[in-house]
Amino acid sequence: MSLENRITDIIVSRLNVKKEEVTNSASLKDDLGADSLDMVDLMMDLEDTFNLKISDEDGNKLQTVGSVVEFLKGKGIEA
Amino acid sequence: MNLNATAVVTGAARGIGLEIAKKLINTGWTVAALDMLEDDLNRSAHKLGSMYRPYTVNITDTQQLAVVAASIGKELPVVKGIVNNAGITRDALMMRMGEDQWNMVIDVNLTGAWKVTQAFMRSLIRAREGSIVSISSVVGLIGAAGQTNYAASKAGLIGMSKSLNRELAARGITVNVVAPGFIETEMTQKLSEEVRSDYLSRIPAARLGLPVEIAEAVAFLMSPSAKYITGVVLPVDGGLTT
Repeated sequence: MSLENRITDIIVSRLNVKKEEVTNSASLKDDLGADSLDMVDLMMDLEDTFNLKISDEDGNKLQTVGSVVEFLKGKGIEA
Repeated sequence: MNLNATAVVTGAARGIGLEIAKKLINTGWTVAALDMLEDDLNRSAHKLGSMYRPYTVNITDTQQLAVVAASIGKELPVVKGIVNNAGITRDALMMRMGEDQWNMVIDVNLTGAWKVTQAFMRSLIRAREGSIVSISSVVGLIGAAGQTNYAASKAGLIGMSKSLNRELAARGITVNVVAPGFIETEMTQKLSEEVRSDYLSRIPAARLGLPVEIAEAVAFLMSPSAKYITGVVLPVDGGLTT
């Protein structure tokens, strides 16, 4: 499964949104309705899934689906 | 009735914690009974049957707690309830209280509750329902000579719960506090006759409470009937603090 698809699946299950809504430019908070607790939950899920640590500072920068994909790629995660 | 949901109860081997475990089992919960007292845990498990699942753990030890949380996640129904009941006393007048007496009580009663709640709360958040009840004490509300450490820990649970309520209420999770008055337990049986009669004279109901009366209040706050009750401190004290 591609990295994009894995991230999409996590977001769909955590935020209870439709797959079609999870586009690269979608804002996690504004478009997908994540509140601060959802964001923390999502970051913890990404940490568990991809076995890495996301600092609060990095976490705050992850505002869109695309930024999450880019961040994980930057950490050397391909799929 | 079986709710197919687990309630984690700390200090559940005996006393008030054991009564809470019994009552929750009667209302359909599976109880993950956490305690340091392995023998008491096993004895209670023998009496209460398969809905009472014993886990020996020191709740001040983050590593042990993580291991137990992982086991419970695998072995039991989804965790939807947390009861922070474990507590100790190390009484002394403040002039004579050692720093170790202060630290030990805060570590178990307050930090332990924080650690246990953190270890299991994600399960409630995922389920988008559940209840967290912390057992405070009237001493946290009105104070008691010789218990600056205990009172601080029990008042701390109130602040923790009220704040956590603000984080979790929108998820359908209730966070409440039960503040027992003077209850017939091993802890209060150790009191001198003089202290005991002084307490009695201050309780409008003119008797000590029973552990089961605390358990009833906890079970109510964890029941569907109490879904809209959150962030409260419920004294169960025969009118002592009113």
